[in-house]
Amino acid sequence: METFYGLFNYWIVIVLMMMGFYMVIAQHNLIKKIIGLNVFQVSVFVFYISMSKIKGGTAPILTDGIEIYSNPLPHVLILTAIVVGVATTALGLALTVRIKDAFDTIEDDEIAILEKEDQERERGTIS
Amino acid sequence: MSPETTIQAALLTPVIGAVLISLCGRWTNLRETVTLVTAVILFSLVISLYPLVLEGGRPSLVVGEMLPNLSIAFTVEPLGMLFACIASFLWIVNSLYSIGYMRGNNEKNQTRFYVCFAIALASSVAIAFAGNMMTLFIFYEALTISTYPLVTHAGTEKAKRGGRVYLGILLSTSIGLLFLAIVWTWMIAGTLDFTPGGILEGKASNTIIGILLALYMFGIGKAALMPFHRWLPAAMVAPTPVSALLHAVAVVKAGVFTVVKVIIYIFGVDFLSVTIDPDWLLYISGFTILAASIIALRSDNLKRRLAYSTISQLSYVIMAAAILAPLSVLGAALHIAVHAFGKITLFFAAGSIYTASHKTEVSQLDGIGRRMPWTMGAFAIGALSMIGVPPTAGFISKWYILHGAFDSGQMLAVGIIIVSSLLNASYFLPIVHAAFFKKEIESPNHDDHGEAPFTVVIALTVTATITILLFFFPGIFIDLARQLI
Amino acid sequence: MSTQLPALQVVLPLLMAPIALIIRNPRFVWMLTLIVTWTTLAISLSLLMQVLDSGTITYRIGGWAAPWGIEYVLDKVGAFVLVIVSAIGSLVMTYARRSVEQEIPAERIYLFYTMFLLCLTGLLGITITGDVFNLFVFLEISSLSSYVMISLGRDRRALTAAYRYLIMGTIGATFYIIGVGLMYMMTGTLNMADLATLMPAIADTRVIQAALAFLTVGICLKLALFPLHLWLPNAYTYAPSMVTAFLAATATKVAVYILIRIIFTVFGGVNVFEILGLQNILMTLAIFAMFAASTIAIYQDNAKRMFAYSSIAQVGYIILGLSFASETGMAAGIIHLFNHAIMKCTIFLGLGCVALRMGGVSIRDMYGLGTRMPWTMAAIVVGGLSLIGIPMTVGFVSKWYLVRAALEADMWPVAVLIVLSSLLAIIYVWRIVEAAYLKPAPENAEPVSEVPLSMLLPLWVMALASIYFGLDATNTLTIALDAADILLNGGLQ
Repeated sequence: METFYGLFNYWIVIVLMMMGFYMVIAQHNLIKKIIGLNVFQVSVFVFYISMSKIKGGTAPILTDGIEIYSNPLPHVLILTAIVVGVATTALGLALTVRIKDAFDTIEDDEIAILEKEDQERERGTIS
Repeated sequence: MSPETTIQAALLTPVIGAVLISLCGRWTNLRETVTLVTAVILFSLVISLYPLVLEGGRPSLVVGEMLPNLSIAFTVEPLGMLFACIASFLWIVNSLYSIGYMRGNNEKNQTRFYVCFAIALASSVAIAFAGNMMTLFIFYEALTISTYPLVTHAGTEKAKRGGRVYLGILLSTSIGLLFLAIVWTWMIAGTLDFTPGGILEGKASNTIIGILLALYMFGIGKAALMPFHRWLPAAMVAPTPVSALLHAVAVVKAGVFTVVKVIIYIFGVDFLSVTIDPDWLLYISGFTILAASIIALRSDNLKRRLAYSTISQLSYVIMAAAILAPLSVLGAALHIAVHAFGKITLFFAAGSIYTASHKTEVSQLDGIGRRMPWTMGAFAIGALSMIGVPPTAGFISKWYILHGAFDSGQMLAVGIIIVSSLLNASYFLPIVHAAFFKKEIESPNHDDHGEAPFTVVIALTVTATITILLFFFPGIFIDLARQLI
Repeated sequence: MSTQLPALQVVLPLLMAPIALIIRNPRFVWMLTLIVTWTTLAISLSLLMQVLDSGTITYRIGGWAAPWGIEYVLDKVGAFVLVIVSAIGSLVMTYARRSVEQEIPAERIYLFYTMFLLCLTGLLGITITGDVFNLFVFLEISSLSSYVMISLGRDRRALTAAYRYLIMGTIGATFYIIGVGLMYMMTGTLNMADLATLMPAIADTRVIQAALAFLTVGICLKLALFPLHLWLPNAYTYAPSMVTAFLAATATKVAVYILIRIIFTVFGGVNVFEILGLQNILMTLAIFAMFAASTIAIYQDNAKRMFAYSSIAQVGYIILGLSFASETGMAAGIIHLFNHAIMKCTIFLGLGCVALRMGGVSIRDMYGLGTRMPWTMAAIVVGGLSLIGIPMTVGFVSKWYLVRAALEADMWPVAVLIVLSSLLAIIYVWRIVEAAYLKPAPENAEPVSEVPLSMLLPLWVMALASIYFGLDATNTLTIALDAADILLNGGLQ
């Protein structure tokens, strides 16, 4: 039980990660895929932030009388990663909008059918 | 000129020629003049090195390092000299012939034809002069690529298929087997220089030597050892001058030349005979000789019959080298030269018949000797040389090969040579007989024709004459080949 | 000035990107980008000279000492890749103007060039940085901008290709960052050199092994190692021509470079190949890539897709070379990284020329083009011969060293597989050759002229480079062998 409770933050990370990953793979809706991707990334953020926690440490602000701080570096790293994540999400959504314009659907399986038609048309017109 | 500059010039002349030809493409007379002049210059450069090599000189030229410790280098030694002489001399004759043939048949893309031809010749000379195995391999592949446009010259579906077989077999054997063998040799021996006595002595176990030899022999697809011989008949879709010079002389001879070179300078004749004594090579080449002759016997298409005859004759060279006796190696070298003159004559004749009468099948040739006496006369001389009847040059090389085989007690080889000579006779002599003594078949759409264009006749007369002259004056090649042993 | 070059290399394109956004005029933006790319080439060449002269260069960002500050480190491998990336960038940019004008709507052209600058920043940054997290940032800069560039392709399938690449790429990058996090947990540092010194002591722990697994899978997604390659064919097929040429020659190569850095620098003191059996995994996947992708390539009707699959196969060769973990093998991998960049760039630039005149790059579009666009097709053929590994082209040099590495490792079956797979290349290259030279042009074909010189020149520079470096490979090979030596024996020191 020690390992379970002692490492509970990692369990959360793993559950979140698998949920996100599953959504990316299993969902056909392009927006839901992006949500899955976000969950997947958030699990990593949680992972970084929780690992920088030090027992008895406080927020890393220099104050008299406090010796133990949490490690601030992972926080900073994750700030960067969040920015990257936001950019990725924005780009993903923008692409989804364009896909909606072009294909009139944002369901992956329907797009696959349309793409196949495109391909056949390409062959048909040329051959 | 110092020998180094001569080598340099000999390598560059056909390349410069190719550039000039492509620039003169619009003016056909100028273009053909450039081809002829280039061929003559090339031959005179090559022949100017002859006395030096005969005296035992080995002029060499290092162009530069390509890979660390591995240079592109050229060394002229007797065997290479022999090959370069034949290829460059026959290019002159063949250019004369091409002019008549290409114009007579109104072929298209003639400029591309001459350009590729010049590049193929440049590659052949580079192969002949190559100083190490890598240089040889580079130009071996260059020769394959530069002859592809010539094989597919007609641009028809048939040419495309022929081209596929041609390129498919030549590239896959060379990349799949030969390349592997070369890298392996380099790794074992640490060098790829052609060294008398070989470079592998004491470097590897007999098993590895055996595997390497097999990789080399089958990897050199241009030597047309069965089962990798199919490209040669496939290449017959090309215009006849290509079949004549490239697929009777330059390309196939590059193949057997490489075989002999590998056996003499990479493995070493003595080394091979004391270690693995490759009897299997004897069997395979012997099988190729007989099987190809039998296929030739059954082919009605004249060029196809000649192609299979070439396959069988190429294996003479391989078998002679595989006997590993000094005299048979000499015979192998001579056969490279002798077969070149005989076979090019035969192809010239086949092309001449096609140009004059558009006949391609053996069965159509009844009585044609009376219409085309010069052509068929030359054909008869070429055929006799193939069989090895005096007074033609074919007799000389066969004599040496047989002599070597007797000396080393290879009775099987002796038997194969005798049987194959009979086969040769039985697929060549009926053609000669039919041409001169049978009556022409009357056919409604039969057009009245005489000899082929003048330059064509000149070319085939020259090569036929040389085939006979070589019987009486074989010294020019024997002296050279004697240095090999 | 010269001490600031490593920073300038990355900062220059980064700062010019917003300026490009402000200028907006397509012509001027193109000129700006052109100047930037050629400047980065000059910088990277002078950096390479410095590295060859005086060894590894280090540069502290903002003056903070490593391992606390971010450090830029440039050794021979890095400098070599830097030159490849910037050289390809500048040549492609010279070529780009006409091609981009035709393939991208005029009002988006300035955005396109901005993205190109950002992508270049990312790729150069990855190569030069000595910090694993900083590398992630640059990786995402280059990836995000390449998603955008791909989505600008004319076909609507470019959008879905970009979307799928985005999903796969982000998963790959996230895997990478998980690996970095695990390493940070164990060592408390992000600096590559520092990690390398700390790694041997803790290499046996399961955390580090998990880290290595995450890193490898993440990077292999980015470099499209079979079977993680699914994003690549569509992305290359539907991207604008010059984007394909640029990405095919640089993006996957830089991803390979990351793999080299992680395995041989960060884990340099550890025999990673034995810990996880990584050698067998990579080698098997590489060989599968060589055969599967080449075989699929044979059946493609779209030439861009055909060569996209060929790229996956060629990545297999590079990884195969690395997986021998011998000096020759490593050198073979590095030299093929360079050589493949040249030949693939030649081919895709050539296909860009075909697309400009014919509007498409299916095999049928190329019927009879051998006489109608002789220079373009000849360059494509040169690239194709190089793919096969014909002597006098760069492909031959790579094959030579790969086969030698296999034989040295006593793995002759692998050597046989290498040569067999290059035979597959003959088949698909020759489909193009036969279409261009042996098929007649369609009867109702409109007359086609050769492309303008501004496109032909960069194309032939690449084609001649693939011949030149095939004939005189001593310089490149010396660098590759040195680099292999450093990676295997020296770490970052």
